[in-house]
Amino acid sequence: MSAARTGAVTRERGLRLLREMLRIRCFEDRCVQLYGELKIRGFLHLCNGEEAVAVGAMQALEPADAVVSTYREHGHAIARGLALSPLMAEMYGKESGTSRGRGGSMHIFDASKRFYGGNAIVGGGLPLALGFALAQKLQRQSAVTACLFGDGAVAEGEFHESLNLAVLWRLPVLFLCENNLYAMGTAIERAEAQTDVSAKARVYGMAAASVDGMDVFAVEDAVREAVARVRDGAGPVLLELRTYRFRGHSMFDAQLYRDKAEVEAWQKKGPLITLTTRLKALGLMNEEDYQRLERESGAEVEAAVEFAERADWEPVAQLERFVYAEQARG
Amino acid sequence: MQIEFRLPSLGADMETATLTQWLKKPGDAVRRGEAIAVVETEKGLIDIECFDDATVAALVVAPGTKIAVGTVLAQLDAAGAAAKPAREPVSVAAPAGAGVTARPPAVPAAPAAPASAAAAARRSRLSPAARRRAHELGLAPEVLEQRAAGAILHVEDVERLAAVTAKATAPPLDARTAMRNVIGTAMARAKREIPHYYLGHTIDFGAARTWLQRYNAALPVQERLIEGLLLAKAVALAAARTEGFNGYFRDGRFERASAVHVGTAIALRGGGLVAPALLDADRKDLRTLMHEFSDLVGRVRAGHMRSSEFMAATITVTSLGEDGVETLYPIINPPQVAIVGTGRVTERPWVQDGSVSVRPLLTVTLAADHRVSDGRSGSRFLQAIAELLAAPEKL
Amino acid sequence: MAEQTAAVSPGPSEHLNSGAATAAARMTYREAAREALRSALQADPRVFLMGEDVGRYGGCYAVTKGLLQEFGPERIRDTPLSESAFVGAGIGAAIGGMRPIVEIMTVNFSLLALDQILNNAATLCHMSGGQINVPLVIRMATGAGRQLAAQHSHSLEGWYAHIPGLRVLAPGTVDDARFMLAAALACPDPVLLFEHIFLYNMEGELSAGLAGVDIDHAAVRRPGRDVVLITYGGSVHKCLAAAEQLGAEGIDAAVLDLRTLRPLDDATIMDAVRRTRRAVIVDEGWRSGSLAAEITTRIVEQAFYDLDAPVARVCTAEVPLPYPKHLEDAALPSPARIIATIRQLLAKGEA
Repeated sequence: MSAARTGAVTRERGLRLLREMLRIRCFEDRCVQLYGELKIRGFLHLCNGEEAVAVGAMQALEPADAVVSTYREHGHAIARGLALSPLMAEMYGKESGTSRGRGGSMHIFDASKRFYGGNAIVGGGLPLALGFALAQKLQRQSAVTACLFGDGAVAEGEFHESLNLAVLWRLPVLFLCENNLYAMGTAIERAEAQTDVSAKARVYGMAAASVDGMDVFAVEDAVREAVARVRDGAGPVLLELRTYRFRGHSMFDAQLYRDKAEVEAWQKKGPLITLTTRLKALGLMNEEDYQRLERESGAEVEAAVEFAERADWEPVAQLERFVYAEQARG
Repeated sequence: MQIEFRLPSLGADMETATLTQWLKKPGDAVRRGEAIAVVETEKGLIDIECFDDATVAALVVAPGTKIAVGTVLAQLDAAGAAAKPAREPVSVAAPAGAGVTARPPAVPAAPAAPASAAAAARRSRLSPAARRRAHELGLAPEVLEQRAAGAILHVEDVERLAAVTAKATAPPLDARTAMRNVIGTAMARAKREIPHYYLGHTIDFGAARTWLQRYNAALPVQERLIEGLLLAKAVALAAARTEGFNGYFRDGRFERASAVHVGTAIALRGGGLVAPALLDADRKDLRTLMHEFSDLVGRVRAGHMRSSEFMAATITVTSLGEDGVETLYPIINPPQVAIVGTGRVTERPWVQDGSVSVRPLLTVTLAADHRVSDGRSGSRFLQAIAELLAAPEKL
Repeated sequence: MAEQTAAVSPGPSEHLNSGAATAAARMTYREAAREALRSALQADPRVFLMGEDVGRYGGCYAVTKGLLQEFGPERIRDTPLSESAFVGAGIGAAIGGMRPIVEIMTVNFSLLALDQILNNAATLCHMSGGQINVPLVIRMATGAGRQLAAQHSHSLEGWYAHIPGLRVLAPGTVDDARFMLAAALACPDPVLLFEHIFLYNMEGELSAGLAGVDIDHAAVRRPGRDVVLITYGGSVHKCLAAAEQLGAEGIDAAVLDLRTLRPLDDATIMDAVRRTRRAVIVDEGWRSGSLAAEITTRIVEQAFYDLDAPVARVCTAEVPLPYPKHLEDAALPSPARIIATIRQLLAKGEA
């Protein structure tokens, strides 16, 4: 692939992207606290450190495009445009959550935004993404399916089966591998004989590139170019977005498998710091801007928490609904 | 304002942790997102973070203490004014996750177990175990059902009802008397409803006896055939060949049975008689029939009968045995349509080929339902039995 | 948990002696499972463990914590996320003379290896005319109750118990968590061992003087006269709780822990049914086509005339497990539902 076309770095673009990432960061951090207070239960997988991937990628997609993601999908969902209140209600398990509270953190869906989960089986979303893309192709539509997954999924058979089939049938899929270097507690070099994910895709005849996932501009630019190619009918593309997970795999993780020093080193070059430093250096923002955006994000998250706290639980009598499709209500 | 810093839940199945180390002491400032302590969990050591900008006022729990999720670990003084209103934290004991403002969901009352399919109303409502117990006690299921008035009867109910079936002043019925009552009821019904006719035929049992002795000589005691079994087989074969003696009279008509199940009367210790069936007696060889008969006797005496075995007989054979009189006039077991009886084998003078000799004689009687058969067919039936017994090796 | 020691029976399932008999101790089910692994690794050099995050992470449920440090990376092997590949590798290694213990993180992920488990592990012995046997042990966490939602809450023990060629075990007590593994390793056939996630934190008594357990028999955990609760794994403690409460009301409920789901111990089951004449099966699988349905049929086949009432069952509602606690609780078997079912069973008259 050619060098990514660089979009202009402006104050407007910079602050917009920063705001989006701050919304995600505030949401995730608030979830930590709520989980500790037993408001959010089950498993909680947070994307602190990976905000640039979410925001950069979603900025480059159209509303008609489809998104398939994993259980670490809060950032993707927020960047895709799902409102924070029903999202938080879903975290709580309330009826006004995005999945009526039925799914929780790992199963965020919003059909109106073509956001198809929220999949808890590693690698499980890739074949689904093929299906969405195939439908587009058969219907002579031009939407692209963005399929986000982690480095762990690369080990699953579904990854290889899906890449092969996508190329074979020339499906409009954009595979976005969010490589945060760890599959739960297993470092990529101890799981993969070949750790260069984009190289694996090339072996299947797929165009692929690696991108600095901490640089939101780079991510957006790369994804824009890739999406254009896919939408043009050139076949699937894989982007490996190199990033890092600041928190544990899930809440209950003592992180015995990596050094604190490594985590701290990556935190110093995280997406928020990277963007802020660059914009300040270019004179496009100051500390006040940052504080304001952080306050606004915090307030928005608080409002979502209030919404979730007040929201109702789904009545138990409804337990057995939604197992099968119901008649559309007028 | 004061903030209570509590041990957070870090995992779906985390219930407790041990405080290992404080990273701050009273008077220290702590910022939101900063680690304030280290706790040990099953998974290892985990830093726990503070969510407010504050100053540590007091440490409540000492290192080395094991605490439950939600326990207050420290008191903090929040920096700045507008702090979030403290929400009632959820206690671990009641993890319903209900916030202060949201009403928790109504805890469902023990949900109604799925309604079992309505039993066919007309069928008996005795449980299988109760039905078996009723048979053991000699109680007719119909009697019990009437008393039960729609309820399902279990073993305890049957035992209770058996006890109250006795006359009011009498002590509780023993099983023997109860059985007599049942037999009495059935016999009264037979005499009332079935127009019996009777035929008798005396036969020379010598050939059969001789053959039987020879047959049994080679066998161990427990496998030896008894005379009654020869009779049962002969009756079975005759019933298969002759119309009108094998089947049931029900709903005003005769239902011919295709299989021949010979009910064999067995006396119970302590009095009473049951007649469970030897199934397909016309098709099985004598050895098999003897095994089954021995098994039946054993189970009847031990009380381990299956109700199918009681209900299955299509014709019955009964005998007075070794110390009875010569002739037996039996009563048919409804809904069957025939019953064959025998008395004791006696040595008596007999004319054969013009001369008199002493022979072992057996009188075989037939009681049959005149709605289904008559003297002519009855006569053919008995003669067939006689012929079969005259050639025992062919049974 | 009130427990009875399961009888130690001689015979083909006699395990490798795992060392001195135990002294009585209180420990969690997790600790017992960890001890079982340590014992097995110490006793037989052919034994090794592989699975996702069993080594450096210490195990998703912390069962294998410390084992990597003690036994090294040759014998405690972290695998990539490739269930099909590493379960298949376990099968091959077992045939090839090792005694692998494969840990599939949870039964939910085992579906990725279902082809290996069914079409290879369960079937090679038969397909080879008995030339090959597969002495493989697969451990899996199973069950629901932690609000882990639809894809992380399955109880598929009943599915696996359907497959000829497999043995399926469900340790429900500390004794069984400690000793079933050894018996499973001694078995020449593939054994699936299911550990319910709710049991890991539970404390219980490790019986004194116990050197092993058999894996052929069910065990009466609580004798009773009026009804028998037939159950396994994560539902055993729910049944004991229900029985306790009913006892206070004068209803005497027995609790039978199946322990082995394939093969089922018909003799012990029927004996319990004959003594009480009423049976309630508590099974965390979904109701239709459940293991409870299989057991009900066996009772009808073998003890029909000993019943005073239809066999009842308490299973999971037919819905993918929902995330909110009140809905999840309503879907799963609970002491309240068990008690309600028993009350209805004992009632006279129209159901």
